[in-house]
Amino acid sequence: MIGTKALEPVAARAEEVWKVYGTGDARVVALRGVSASFGRGRFTAIMGPSGSGKSTLMHCLAGLDTVSRGTVHIGGTEVSGLNDKALTRLRRDRVGFIFQQFNLLPTLTAAENIRLPLDIAGRKPDQEWWDTVIKTVGLADRLSHRPSQLSGGQQQRVACARALMGRPDVIFADEPTGNLDSKSGAEVLSFLRSSVREHGQTIVMVTHDPVAASYTDRVIFLADGEVVQELDRPTPETVLEAMNTREVLV
Amino acid sequence: MLRATLKSLLGRKLRLVLSGLAVVLGVMFVAGAFVVTDTLGRSFDQVFATAYATTDVGIKAKPKIAVSEMEGEQVDTPLPASVIDEVEKVDGVRSATGMVTEDGARVIGSDGKVVQSYGPPRLGNNWIGEDGQVQLREGRGPAKDDEIAVNAAVAKAAGIKVGDRVGVLTLQPKKTFTLVGVWGYPGDKDSIGGAQEVAFTTPVAQRLMLGQPGEYSMINVKVDQGQTPAGVRDRIAARLGSDYEVKTGQQLADDSAAGMKEVLSFFNKILLGFAGVALFVGVFLILNTFSIIVAQRTRELALMRALGASRRQVIGSVLLEAVVIGLIAAAVGLAAGIGVGAGLGYLFTQLADGLALAPIGVPLAAVLSSLIVGVVVTVVAAVLPALRASRIAPVAAMQDVATPDRPLTKVSVAGAIVGAAGATLLGIGLYGSGGLWLILGGVLVSFVGVALLTPLISRPVVSALGRLFSWSLPGRLGRLNSGRNPRRTAITAAALMVGIALVTGVTVVMNSAKTSLAAQAEDTVKAEIVIGGDQNGPRPPTFDDSVLAAARKVSGVRAAAGIWNDQAQVDGKLTYVNATDDLAKLSDAYGGPALATLRPDQVAVSTQEMADHGWQVGTALTVQLARGDQHRYTIASTYDEDALPGSYLLPAAATKDFGITQPVIGFVRLTDGTTVAQVLPQMKALVADSPEVSATDRTTYIQQQVGTFDTVITMVQVLLALAILIAVLGVVNTLALSVLERTRELGLLRAVGLGRGQTMRMVTVEAVVISVFGALLGVVVGAGLGAAVVRALNGEGIDQLVLPWGGMALYLVLAALVGVLAAVLPSIRAARINVLQAIAAE
Ligand SMILES: Nc1ncnc2c1ncn2[C@@H]1O[C@H](COP(=O)(O)OP(=O)(O)OP(=O)(O)O)[C@@H](O)[C@H]1O
Ligand SMILES: [Mg+2]
Repeated sequence: MIGTKALEPVAARAEEVWKVYGTGDARVVALRGVSASFGRGRFTAIMGPSGSGKSTLMHCLAGLDTVSRGTVHIGGTEVSGLNDKALTRLRRDRVGFIFQQFNLLPTLTAAENIRLPLDIAGRKPDQEWWDTVIKTVGLADRLSHRPSQLSGGQQQRVACARALMGRPDVIFADEPTGNLDSKSGAEVLSFLRSSVREHGQTIVMVTHDPVAASYTDRVIFLADGEVVQELDRPTPETVLEAMNTREVLV
Repeated sequence: MLRATLKSLLGRKLRLVLSGLAVVLGVMFVAGAFVVTDTLGRSFDQVFATAYATTDVGIKAKPKIAVSEMEGEQVDTPLPASVIDEVEKVDGVRSATGMVTEDGARVIGSDGKVVQSYGPPRLGNNWIGEDGQVQLREGRGPAKDDEIAVNAAVAKAAGIKVGDRVGVLTLQPKKTFTLVGVWGYPGDKDSIGGAQEVAFTTPVAQRLMLGQPGEYSMINVKVDQGQTPAGVRDRIAARLGSDYEVKTGQQLADDSAAGMKEVLSFFNKILLGFAGVALFVGVFLILNTFSIIVAQRTRELALMRALGASRRQVIGSVLLEAVVIGLIAAAVGLAAGIGVGAGLGYLFTQLADGLALAPIGVPLAAVLSSLIVGVVVTVVAAVLPALRASRIAPVAAMQDVATPDRPLTKVSVAGAIVGAAGATLLGIGLYGSGGLWLILGGVLVSFVGVALLTPLISRPVVSALGRLFSWSLPGRLGRLNSGRNPRRTAITAAALMVGIALVTGVTVVMNSAKTSLAAQAEDTVKAEIVIGGDQNGPRPPTFDDSVLAAARKVSGVRAAAGIWNDQAQVDGKLTYVNATDDLAKLSDAYGGPALATLRPDQVAVSTQEMADHGWQVGTALTVQLARGDQHRYTIASTYDEDALPGSYLLPAAATKDFGITQPVIGFVRLTDGTTVAQVLPQMKALVADSPEVSATDRTTYIQQQVGTFDTVITMVQVLLALAILIAVLGVVNTLALSVLERTRELGLLRAVGLGRGQTMRMVTVEAVVISVFGALLGVVVGAGLGAAVVRALNGEGIDQLVLPWGGMALYLVLAALVGVLAAVLPSIRAARINVLQAIAAE
């Protein structure tokens, strides 16, 4: 796995991905031939109006959902076509998740939540890496708390630490700061960015917020299930501008 | 509000099914009990109507002792033949036939064993020819003294055919006859209600079945054309006077059926008692379901409150849901109960071979009790959750659903109070003047108390139990989940506790009784060899009394004596009495005090019985035995209650008046230096012609006798299985609802890589922890209850407390298995959760 990682410059890749929900009148085409590559060690944002297919794309990339047509690769592995068991292992070992809310198991402490994917796999966390991650998220004194005793921002940082702890090929984050105030949001975002910069982590993040997008290396714009624009080294202004030129309210 | 309630009810079918199932099972048991008693009752009506079909009027002598069907076997007093002449003179009598028909003709089958009966009588009759009922299938009726005919039921069960030599045990020891005929009944029936019948010639029947030559059990009268049985009955009664019971065939049938129905109603009460336990457990289940549902519906209910629904309407909404579930469950339970009733009826006919089952009917009592029980139980169980629902504040609609766990102080205090009340009731019941109801009430109230305390106990115990599984991640998650909602876990476990506590309690009492009595018997009985058999019908096994005399002559035998047993009226009071062929020898053989042989008018009475009645040696007692006239006996000697068997010991002369004129048990004591092995083969040979009994060494005999306690344990286990099944449903229910409640969590776990198998293991561990916790509670509470009862019975001779460690361990292991089973469906459901939908779920 490590070997392929080194050879493969692309952490995740979608090729001509179509996703169709329902049939007949209820038929919704959520993705229409989306192709996108997410380079290793890069922080990518997916933006677009509500219903444009951002979450769908992410779920397909992460092996949470099946594609109707096209292929998805994580590292060197083709995700489409894996059975449930293989998909579960893929998620456990090679993918990290950060959801908008409800990221943590209420029965477990912060530390246990962070270790969860490793525990599921029956692996021991690498002590050095553990210390690094805990230090970067700044949760050292909160590790024995349960989620109900943590603020929303702290909970999201625990979720980030969990995603990072297994050093997955790629982390998917669906509006991770959607529920946070700007200060907590900024903390989470800088943490994500530093994990990309300093540790070469690959992160794909869905967001509606131009400021959040400006933490990333690249923004992919979706509309009606299609990739309509890409933007490198975004700033809040360029993102806003791109959004405005598309005359779409995000 | 009504529409909203019904909609939400239908919207959650799973909930409906799960909470209804407990009621269905309970109601099923109740309805089944009524249906089976009703059906069997009518079946017996038919049996007795057939049995007396050829009797217009029947005449019997007043029995010496009236014994109801519940109390034992009544022995007929014979009528002299002269009565027949009297009856024939009565106007309207076409014919009067003397009949001998008595229980106790035991046929020895071709395998050398006595044909058993588990209820129906084994009648010995005089042959009076074919009539509307008796129809020869083969051969002829007995004409000579060594000939018999039997009904087809006997012929089949005994495996005998016309021409065979057949041994029959009667009032007299085994006699051998030639089988000359086999008869059946209209409709190709082999028997009437399973009764085994043997017909002798009249003089032989009189001698063997009544012990009185020339006398009869009953006179069977047919009336002239145009006469009514009732009219003729009254005339006969007037002529014969008050020493005789004169009844129409219809009355005789009704009386016999009424006796059977008394037994059936007792049977019914036992079934209803166990149904009650099942429903009691069901209340826990429903309470839990409704609580979980209310918790899950918090938002919905709060929204209703915010939209202006009053507290009352919220309570009404929950209770209405309960009524609907109760009604549906009662209806389904009733239907299932009819099926169960039919099944039990069929089972019964299989046991009482040959009983023709009447068509299944549904008595009104079954319908009413089903509906009332179903609705009342459900509504009672829903009251608390309804009140809780009404306290939901409207703001909860806007807040997160997770309601913080309320402190357990109040419940625990309530539990302590209720538990103490239960213990007090139990104490009064056991030690005071109390009685069974107080004890049962005490037990139930204690259960409620323990159930209320369970949440408090559950924290440490569940986490300790869970530690056993903590070596793996799914195990740890499961353990954490089971400790998450102490109330929910506690109620689920408490439901399981009830059944297991009762089973354990009964086992403790029975095992203690068994061990205590066996130990006492080993201590008191000095006889090394005992002659006796297992009783599995209404009639005890007996043996030829000549065996005793023969046994005394065997070298190495120091003493041998027999015991006869019957009910008698002593100074007007019905009681059990024993007789012995020789009190001196009995004392010696049994190991009692040295007493002199009784003269024919002497009796020995236990000191305790003497003290109870204020009698002294020399007091004269009036004793009426099953046969013969009243007799006065003078108390000649006395003995400590346990030193000799029974409270009364009558002399040998009295045995001819006993209902069963042969000994039921014999004690043989050996001379010093003689071993059992030296004498036992000879004893076995002596009883070869008494196939109902065997000669065994003392310990084997005692173990056989106390074996009945094991039967009771098994029966209680079977009957409580339903309560335990309902509790298991409770575990399934709790898990299913928890899985539903934790959909998002499960989705998250699956998203971060928890495999399907791991998910299932997590749910299974939760189930196992809950059910083992319940079993643990049950075992502890049951052992406590059992110990309390045993202590209270100390005075009754149960002086050893025996805890069934093996059984208790088995219950825990079974509980773990049950947990695994209960988790099957919920865990499959959990594993199948669609990750995406779960994450998206609100
Ligand atoms: N399970 C589903 N069944 C049917 N249609 C669906 C399903 N999930 C998504 N869709 C449709 O697919 C389209 C894309 O949805 P998606 O959730 O990817 O949008 P999104 O870009 O993430 O929007 P938002 O910014 O609001 O989260 C929408 O039109 C949505 O209605
Ligand atoms: Mg989305």
